[in-house]
Amino acid sequence: MKAHTLSVLVENKAGVLSRVTGLFSRRGFNIESLAVGPCEEPDMSRITIVVIGDDAQVEQVMKQLNKLIDVIKVSDLMESVRVERELAMFKVTAEQGSTRAEIMQIATIFRAQIVDVGAKSVILQVVGDTDKISAMEKLLRQFGIKELIRTGRIAILRGTKTVTSSK
Amino acid sequence: MKTGAKLLVESLQREGTDTLFGYPGGSVLPIYDELYDSPLRHILVRHEQAAAHAADGYARASGRVGVCLATSGPGACNLVTGIATAYMDSVPIVALTGQVPTTMLGNDAFQESDIQGITMPITKHNYLVKETAEIPRVVKEAFYIASTGRQGPVLIDLPKDVNTRSIKEPVVPEKVVLRGYNPTYKGNKRQIDKAIELIAAAERPLIYAGGGVISSNASPELVEFATKLGIPVTTTLMGIGCLPCDHPLNLGMLGMHGTEYANFAVTECDLLIAIGARFDDRVTGKIDTFAPHAKVIHIDIDPAEIGKNKRVDVPIVGDVKSVLSDMIHGMKKTGTLEAWNKKIKHWKQHHPLRYGKDNGCLHPQFILQQMNELLKGDAVIVSEVGQNQMWTAQYFCFRQPRTWITSGGLGTMGYGFPAAIGASFARPDVPVFDVAGDGSIQMNIQEMGTVAQYKIPVKIAILNNMYLGMVRQWQELFYDRRYSYTELPPVEFVKIAEAYGIDGMKVESCEDVMPALKAAVDCDGPFVLDFRIEREENVFPMVPAGAAINEMIGGHPRL
Repeated sequence: MKAHTLSVLVENKAGVLSRVTGLFSRRGFNIESLAVGPCEEPDMSRITIVVIGDDAQVEQVMKQLNKLIDVIKVSDLMESVRVERELAMFKVTAEQGSTRAEIMQIATIFRAQIVDVGAKSVILQVVGDTDKISAMEKLLRQFGIKELIRTGRIAILRGTKTVTSSK
Repeated sequence: MKTGAKLLVESLQREGTDTLFGYPGGSVLPIYDELYDSPLRHILVRHEQAAAHAADGYARASGRVGVCLATSGPGACNLVTGIATAYMDSVPIVALTGQVPTTMLGNDAFQESDIQGITMPITKHNYLVKETAEIPRVVKEAFYIASTGRQGPVLIDLPKDVNTRSIKEPVVPEKVVLRGYNPTYKGNKRQIDKAIELIAAAERPLIYAGGGVISSNASPELVEFATKLGIPVTTTLMGIGCLPCDHPLNLGMLGMHGTEYANFAVTECDLLIAIGARFDDRVTGKIDTFAPHAKVIHIDIDPAEIGKNKRVDVPIVGDVKSVLSDMIHGMKKTGTLEAWNKKIKHWKQHHPLRYGKDNGCLHPQFILQQMNELLKGDAVIVSEVGQNQMWTAQYFCFRQPRTWITSGGLGTMGYGFPAAIGASFARPDVPVFDVAGDGSIQMNIQEMGTVAQYKIPVKIAILNNMYLGMVRQWQELFYDRRYSYTELPPVEFVKIAEAYGIDGMKVESCEDVMPALKAAVDCDGPFVLDFRIEREENVFPMVPAGAAINEMIGGHPRL
């Protein structure tokens, strides 16, 4: 069982996300992470899905996705050299004084940004791969994380190779 | 200027539709008004489920796309079982549904249901049309998607205002362009060569042919391929008819209620050639012991079926017809596989299908044998689901593809009668029978109204045992004869038929079977036969759930 990052190029039409996620639940595949957004073609969207399974399961997921008429292309990025990123925002309890300084120190180390400062809390924004965000979460926990929000993972191939509609 | 409804009807005609099955209602009023003086023949069913099954039966019998029509909300929801049935058996139908006006969508309006959402998992594709101008393109795409690649149902949801609005006639696209849909028809040459090599080297090859052979119209190729090499063929429930039942290489059906010799052959073969079949659990039994000594070649148009249930040595994605004809041309040798076929012949001789004939009761198998003798394969036989279905599959001798119509994947009770209605429009030249049980027939018995109204000559042969027979059989064998809610009180089906103005006959003894069947065939219109059969007759042989397919009960002692 490994985590596979699938890049799925779809028609930008109503109901497409529902077709894709419905397929996962119906066939008993688990979505670990999901991110959807527009892409370089205005009439297409790109969905990045992280799915955990053995090779046969993931192959079946990809084949089933390919059967959807609105799915244009499915690629498994697992074996390729790629850049993966997530964005997370932490709302951390931070009273005036030394804790606040400590939090800012952690932010610097993780190259996170402080995007909001309140009387009793700060919001940190960090971009990175899953491990980096999890590491930061661990460190911030001691101060009290009031709220944590993470985007789904997105991924792109390094170099000139692309996941586009031209096959 | 043309209304959406007019554009719809014209689009259907452009696709070659001549008959559709439907039921009117509020949101499809504009469409029905347009049908009123259109050349399209509309058959008014008594329940929308029957419209979907009739479209499905029409499609299976003719090879063309079947069409059904229902109103929004409950009408559309009533199509669901029929659409799911077509989806599981890969049958090309287009289901048209009315919908509340676009301005009310999502408001829980009267007779609103999200039929696009509801049918997403049971359609190959579906549409909610929001612009009148899209109608011609969407209809064209729907027919294209339904009838190409691995066939299947497509639903088009049409809000009322989309149908009433008048617009300048849009340009109809000449070709369908769908960048996310490009089925593979031609098999990969290298894979085909590999398959040919495996076949040449095999000593005990076996063809396992499924419904894909029939939907691809590949029966002639299959027969040629098998005959040239002397390879025996077993068919799935859906594959029955792809080669004549009395062809010397035909082993009949395999699987849970398959013949002993077919299941033995699967267990002992050294090469299994799966053609348009999907290794369903009712076929394989315990999957680990299915074809345990065999290398596997799998030919299917749907790549997702290959390797889904069983590991495959040579996958070939493509249209069965095209792949088989490439294989025939590439084949270097012909053969007879004498030793293997001799072994099979021995099994056939010593393990034939059998039933007890001794107690003077009316046995369903006897009825089917009599039907067979009378019709000689020159008929379309539709079945319901359960014992009636299995007995028909075992005992009726099918000689042509598309003459056996049954709900295989979903196993929908109530399918047979309406599907027979559809089949009857596709094949007016031959008798069409629905072989039913007393349970199944009561699931869509209201369609007697439809066959009476249009004098549709469907013959209903009810194998009446006053039980939900297949479930009772399982209770007898695996639940200590505790017949929990499977007994049905007697019903006088002939009297029900009479109320609808349909002729019928109750048959209680063996000697009355043939005259009754003749009376049914000779009658111009519909006919109901109520056969009072041996109540606790079982379907044998039988592979218990989860067992290996060579471990059958009710078979012969193994020699």
